[in-house]
Amino acid sequence: MSQDIEAKVKEIIVERLGVDPTEVVPAASFVNDLGADSLDTVELVMAFEEEFGLEIPDDAAGKIQTVGQAIEYIKANKKQ
Amino acid sequence: MCEKRLEGKVSIVTGSASGIGRSIAEKFAAEGAKVVISDVNVEGARRTASEIASGAGVETMAVNLNVADSAECDAVVKSVIEKFGKIDILVNNAGITKDGLIIRMTDEDWLKVIDINLKGVFNMTRACARDMLRKKSGRVINIASVVGLMGNAGQANYSASKGGVIALTKTCAREFASRGVLVNAIAPGFIKTAMTAALSDEMKTKLAQQIPLGRLGEPEDVASAAAFLASEDSSYITGHVISVNGGMYM
Repeated sequence: MSQDIEAKVKEIIVERLGVDPTEVVPAASFVNDLGADSLDTVELVMAFEEEFGLEIPDDAAGKIQTVGQAIEYIKANKKQ
Repeated sequence: MCEKRLEGKVSIVTGSASGIGRSIAEKFAAEGAKVVISDVNVEGARRTASEIASGAGVETMAVNLNVADSAECDAVVKSVIEKFGKIDILVNNAGITKDGLIIRMTDEDWLKVIDINLKGVFNMTRACARDMLRKKSGRVINIASVVGLMGNAGQANYSASKGGVIALTKTCAREFASRGVLVNAIAPGFIKTAMTAALSDEMKTKLAQQIPLGRLGEPEDVASAAAFLASEDSSYITGHVISVNGGMYM
């Protein structure tokens, strides 16, 4: 299950940011490493919300800056 | 007509059962665009949609929409994407007046105008933005007003709402520019519609005297500017306000 989340998160990031899948590692920062701008990060959060049926509050969204942080947040908050 | 500038485009024009909105919808259809006619007057919207469909030979869709209701806006945008697959052009035209001097204006009349004229623009823009940003193209055209630039005694609510629309236009233009979504406003002066028909003949004559071109505008004058802003002819213009007012305010 958690493997599924990881794969899906990576897939969304690759699709949205148009980056190479090999670049989407846990430590990669959306802005600094993957070239996202502020609109991209908001769109990513909205895509995660849609995909995983979550509501990510603004203060939590602001702390999701890397691929790993996104995966951790979704794993911790996704309804079972 | 020569080349159709909006062939294959999908447009939504709010408040388009009649008046300036209808004229914009007719113009877009004549330029080849599919048009969604939205209005609180759903009967009027249906009539306009079917007349435009048969007149211009384009697909149209009529929807009942109060733009002040964000859930309704989201639902309409969803249904348009389901039917036509995308949204290329949004014209935020729906608007009302509830005129009165400030000392006599009720909270209700203030809020009602702000809700429809300003919040309505926000609601529809937000609803359409995701699709436009995702496909990295789109046009938003907001119908403001000359009174949003110069103020007008008796129109505190209306002029504030239209001034707000102009500021919102500029912010949207900045937020969406990196995705190729262009946002502009049109500030019509006094145009011959039901909204200005309420004015007395004396008032109209007086108004015309203040307009360098010497006449009130026609809805088609606004529609031509909207078609320009919707077309490739304006691809390097964003965050601007085009005044269509016969020179009454420069």
